[in-house]
This record gives sequence, C-alpha cells and structure tokens, in this order.
Amino acid sequence: MTMFSQNPLMNGPNYSFSQTPTMASGANKEHSFYPYTDNGGSTLAISGNDFMIMAGDTRSTSGYNINTRYSPKVFKIGGTTSSQDDATLVLSVVGFAADGHALKEKLDAIVKMYRYQHGKPMSVKACAQRLSTILYGKRFFPYYVTAILGGLDEDGKGAVYSYDPVGSYEREQCRAAGAAASLIMPFLDNQVNFKNQYIPGSGEGHALVERAKDPLPLVVVEALVKDAFDSAVERHIEVGDGLSMMLITKNGIEEKFLPLKKD
Amino acid sequence: MDTLVASYGRPMFEKEHVEEDQLELYQPGPSLSLKFAMPPVAQPSAWLRAATDDHANPNCPIKIAHGTTTLAFRFQGGIIVATDSRATAGNWIASQTVKKVIEINSCLLGTMAGGAADCQYWLAYLGMQCRLHELRHKRRISVAAASKILANLVYSYKGMGLSMGTMCAGVTPSEGPALYYIDSDGTRLAGNMFCVGSGQTFAYGVLDAEYKYDLSVDEALALGSRSILAATHRDAYSGGFINLYHVKEEGWVKHGFNDTNPIFWKTKLEKGEFSNVTSELV
Repeated sequence: MTMFSQNPLMNGPNYSFSQTPTMASGANKEHSFYPYTDNGGSTLAISGNDFMIMAGDTRSTSGYNINTRYSPKVFKIGGTTSSQDDATLVLSVVGFAADGHALKEKLDAIVKMYRYQHGKPMSVKACAQRLSTILYGKRFFPYYVTAILGGLDEDGKGAVYSYDPVGSYEREQCRAAGAAASLIMPFLDNQVNFKNQYIPGSGEGHALVERAKDPLPLVVVEALVKDAFDSAVERHIEVGDGLSMMLITKNGIEEKFLPLKKD
Repeated sequence: MDTLVASYGRPMFEKEHVEEDQLELYQPGPSLSLKFAMPPVAQPSAWLRAATDDHANPNCPIKIAHGTTTLAFRFQGGIIVATDSRATAGNWIASQTVKKVIEINSCLLGTMAGGAADCQYWLAYLGMQCRLHELRHKRRISVAAASKILANLVYSYKGMGLSMGTMCAGVTPSEGPALYYIDSDGTRLAGNMFCVGSGQTFAYGVLDAEYKYDLSVDEALALGSRSILAATHRDAYSGGFINLYHVKEEGWVKHGFNDTNPIFWKTKLEKGEFSNVTSELV
C-alpha cells in the first residue's frame, strides 16, 4: 500500500509542487465564497503640530504578481468638485483595493453631501466618527481594508485617526498600516514617539530620564517617511515602485510623488 | 423544480432597490443604525468566522483587535474602573494606547474587552439610547436599565460573531453605585467586583487578596492600578498604559493614563515587590 501511495500524480512531490493535483480529477470540488484579494502595499501617517503627512506606496500586487506600479492608496476626501482642489481631509486605504476604492467613494460622497447640506467642510473629528460607522455597517461582511484618516483638527493641529477593518478607531501621533506595518511601526515608535530613547548619563539603570517628546518639524517628518518606505522596500516584496505623499497644512494639501525601487 | 426556481427566483445578493443604498447619503438620519450589510451566502456567521476569527482560522485575512485586562469594583467611596491599553491581532501588538474605558455619559462608564469595534460601536449606541431615555422620561437612566439595553441588544445578535465582554459602572440616586457585567453571549450579572479579559485571572489574584469594602479612595485607586500591573506583568496580551477611573455620585473622575514600565520599576524598587525580577542576567 505504501508503495502505491508514492504516485507523484496523486499526492507525492512532482516536478513542480504547485502543479500536483491534490485530488483525483472528476471528484467534487468544494467552492467557497472568497470575495477578497490582498493587494499588498503599505501606508503611513504622521501628525505634527500644524501639519500632517499621509503617504502610501503605489505598487499593487496579487500573490507574487505585480498588477501595476501606479495605483495610489492615498486620496483627498470631500472637496467641492471631483478635482478635490479644496479638500481638507485625506484617506488612505490598504488591503483589498476594490473594497478600499468603494470605501473611499462612499466616504467622499457623504463628506460632499455634508458640505452641501451644512455649508461648511466636515471636521476631521466628525469625519472620523462617520468613517467608523461606515466600516461597522459592514461588520458582518467587512471591508478588507485598514484605513487611516488625516487632517487638521479644530485647533489647527495635525490629526491622524487609524482604523481596524470593522471600524474601531483611535487618534494617534502616527500609524503605519498594510503589508509592511510590522517593519515601519517599530521605527516610528522610536523616531516619532521617542520610545526607548533616554538622555545619556541622566541616571543609573531604571532612573534614566526619557528623551523629551518634542514635536517634529515638517522637514524631519518628510525625511522620516521617505526613510521608512525606502527601508520597507528593501525587505518587503509587496512594497515599492512609487511613493505618493500628501502634506496637509493650513494652506491646503500638497501632493508629492517620489520614486521607490522597482525590483 | 430547480428550473422553476431559477426562472422565477433571483439571486439573494441582487438588491431590489439600489436607491435605498443611496438614501443614507441624502438623509442626515441616525448613522448609528441597526442595518448591516450581509455576505451573500447561506450561513453568514460561518463565513464571517472563517474570514475574521483567528482562533478558528489562524490564517484568517481580517484580523480584529483583541486581548485585554479590565477590572471594576465597588467600594465605600464608589466604583474603581481600571484597564490596560494593549490591542493585539494574533501576535502583533496593534496598539499600546487603546482607550478601553468608554465614557458613555458624565456618570456612566463602559469597559472594552473582546472586539474593539463591537465595544466602541455598541457602547456609543448605548450612550444614544441613554440620552433618549433622559429626554423621554426627564430623568437619568438607571445602570440596571442601561446594562439591560445592551444585554438585550447583543442577545439579539447571538451567534452572529459579536465578541465583547463589558462592564457598565455608574452611580445613580436610585441605585447608589452599581456595577454590571455584560458579554456577547447575553450574560448580564450584577456584582461587586469583576475582572474581564485574557489577564482577568492575574488581576483577580491581586484584587481578591487585598480587597475590602472599606478601602479609602486612595487605597482603592492604588489597588486597581496594582491589579492591572500584575496582569500586564504575567499576561502577554496585556500591557501598555494603566487607565484609571473613579466613579462617584457627582460623576466619574479620570485618574490618569500612565505607562506601566516606570510604574513597574517604582513598585519593585520602592515597595520591594516583584523581587523575582532582577536587573542582572544571572
């Protein structure tokens, strides 16, 4: 019996493992409902005293294939026209691009209607709560996305709101999401929130004084974003090609595009 | 028969009125609604489990934030509510700064364990219902009634995959300090002391040993904080910051959101506890 089970066509290793049929032809195949694809990529948002930066790479993958090298994940939300010239909010979505696109369209329509009905742009706080309920509205059939919302709050300070796929949200200093989140987030903890940074010679052992949490200037944050993505590209196959960045200040949103490695 | 059904039936995912979907854009109605999109399959809950439950399927594509220690106890001066602040998705620490105490209104607090989104959404919904009760009856809702709104609500979604273990704490003129535990199975219990989450046993250990009803306010706050510290020390899924609240007759008071690491070393070096931990690698 053991001898016969060595049949490479039935179950053993073949010339190509992936081509080995795992069951006899003609047998019933179970079809399951799987409406998601992971399109990879990563996004990153950092807030400062009077600005915030939202960034995302522009590679779109499925499995080991690269679908396109330019498919932005960062969008302006709620301008008066489709050009979004006067938008004040940005949304980044990473995960399943189709769900992300549907979510962006829906939020944009709602924020536009809010502007039309109230005669003023939506605050980032209100938009953050609304986005949470939109995501939770699909609690039982979730959007496969990790969203980050950015803007300036009522005091003009940079605001970053991060979400899980079903709408739990939190305001944070910074957040990385997507495929390379686990590569970028520890870097941000150290460089933005100064985690595990102590003043040298300020004390012995546990009495060391923590480095003061001074707010970072825009130029420093912009360099951090670039470095974070260059590093992620170096070690993650789903990240690369281009970096789309939005800088939000009281003067509006400035869009930037930087090349990343394309291998 | 099948051909008959095929010719007269329509696929279940085909929306009858597409306009209905658009309606919410035009009407500024309540956005906290009970209308949820459903996957077009026969067993939505089984499908959802396969897609989101990392216990049932470790390779599930959508990871929902979990893991917690929360506690609340009644004492002579009111109620102490304390939580950690870590959210995990599998082994990944999704956040170290989660606010697990949810301020329902100025005198009612809820705690968050289980699915973060479930707790946030339904406690916000509960806040809305409590405000409506106030407007309709011209008096504040009792903690018993508020907790029952939540318990009945989650019971109606039983088996659908909601995951929450929450405590409602409040002080009202009719009840005095009141504490209820509600979970997504539909359990609703009144009690003096609850610990909820993956680190609950560690918190109970400290709390049971030191708890007395006659604790002073400072002692009670210290005990709440110390119990969470014990849980963050022994439960890998708990950690981050200690979130402390005191609920009094006038309403709740926040007593800080403090990093566990300095508190741990202070407790060890000043009180001589955790002597099992050494700073040398021996």
